[in-house]
Amino acid sequence: MNSIMSFISALGKYDFLQSALLTATMVGVMSGLIGSFIILRGMSLMGDAISHAVLPGVALAYMFGFNILIGASVFGILAALLIGYVASHSQLKTDTSIGIIFSAFYALGFILISLAESSTNLHHILFGNILAVSDQDIMTTAVVLGLVILFVVFFYKELLISSFDATFAQTYGLKVQLLHYALMLVLTLVTVSALQTVGIILVVAMLITPAATAFLWTQKLSQLLVVAALMGVLSSVIGLYFSYTFNWASGPAIVLVAAMLFGISFVVAPRQAGGQLWQALARRRRVRV
Amino acid sequence: MLNVRNLTVAYDDTPVFKALAVTFAPGKITGIIGPNGAGKSTLIKGMLGLIKTQAGTATFDQQPLSQLKTKVAYVEQRKDLDLTFPINVAEVVLTGTYGRLGLFKSPGRTERQASAAALAQVKLTDLAQRQIGNLSGGQLQRVFVARAIVQDAEIIILDEPFVGIDLQSETAIMQILKQWRDAGKTIIVVHHDLNKVSRYFDDLVILNHGIVAAGPVESVYTPANIAKTFSADLSQVLFAAGGGQ
Repeated sequence: MNSIMSFISALGKYDFLQSALLTATMVGVMSGLIGSFIILRGMSLMGDAISHAVLPGVALAYMFGFNILIGASVFGILAALLIGYVASHSQLKTDTSIGIIFSAFYALGFILISLAESSTNLHHILFGNILAVSDQDIMTTAVVLGLVILFVVFFYKELLISSFDATFAQTYGLKVQLLHYALMLVLTLVTVSALQTVGIILVVAMLITPAATAFLWTQKLSQLLVVAALMGVLSSVIGLYFSYTFNWASGPAIVLVAAMLFGISFVVAPRQAGGQLWQALARRRRVRV
Repeated sequence: MLNVRNLTVAYDDTPVFKALAVTFAPGKITGIIGPNGAGKSTLIKGMLGLIKTQAGTATFDQQPLSQLKTKVAYVEQRKDLDLTFPINVAEVVLTGTYGRLGLFKSPGRTERQASAAALAQVKLTDLAQRQIGNLSGGQLQRVFVARAIVQDAEIIILDEPFVGIDLQSETAIMQILKQWRDAGKTIIVVHHDLNKVSRYFDDLVILNHGIVAAGPVESVYTPANIAKTFSADLSQVLFAAGGGQ
């Protein structure tokens, strides 16, 4: 309790902590929203791949001082296109193609960062450094959050139908491929924002875990999106608290909280056997009273 | 009139069929039968442009089918469907309005009313709020027929709609097909159960890597054609008890 009070009073005192809280909340919302579509489309591996493949773009942005979003987008989309190209122009399965492309991009990113000779940067990129976000980082994150919300709101029904029944979407003329690449582009932008909070290695956890937790609790897409965003925010904020209080790296702290929320849901959520048992017990208790 | 001309589809250089030509008449329920792997689903997907075709055209009243996407409702086989998807019955039916809504428009009251009416037609109003994983096979198939109703298409294509469903659902779906026929729509049903062929269909296409026979069911559904396409034994069993009923 004491440490929670001191966390809250520190929030009132320190700008850096306020910035961290704001960023963590925004990243929690956007990764929950996009992560929902990633898990519904069975693209967890693709999400992991794209989030790693942006590394060369991030490195080049640091080296030459241009906007990190541009660098990351270029490499993210390039990776998505290459993965699609290799899978459709060979008899290899998509997961093999993903494995080849993303590891190559990741390796290239490492070499570029080592050329830039900045080991502190590397550590922050890999594991996140939420306690050091700049005002410009906050602005960038806010812009990405706005784009993500617009994307999900404007293309809600297209995202729904192409995730649920892609063949049907194709028969009525929806450009399913184009939507896929648009989603990949938005995913790269979310990755760049999540770099600050959890780092590149753990971005995939922010995409998948809160959305998976929400999936266990909901029966409608609109509810899934809201609950996933909420789980993302809860994980980020509680993780930030642990990070500040115990001086843990912010990324692992946030991801462990997200995993704990999932673990609890796995036992008690309505879509799980345990949750159904609970509900049955609750019903019986009500009958007896 | 739905007109398929010179259609050739090949997977990995092995043609499923070559230069296939067939027509489907409006105001008729046309069945497509043939052995497994004869190219039934391939013909449908080729017509609709869902797979790559090597040659050929599909036109509806002289216009290419590929430009008439909102006039076609396609109820495909449901084996690949994700039944855990967070969506309920009413929402699935509502997706039938997406094609004509186009981008940036959400379904409104008109669309919701049309969906509710379609659900009533397939007798699933009570299950409107149920998540689709909690339905029987027959109920699920009726949901997708309700979506086809909402699409308000001119051409309705169903791929094996009666596989693994209960008799009540089969009857309900057949009723809808007859209403569509009486409204002058073009209905195509890929079918596997030879028993009900002459009861269900007006026209029949027998397919086996190409057209074996096509036309009114009386003249196409003959012992000779079935023996040639499937086997003499099957033909004997089917036609032994009086005229293929």
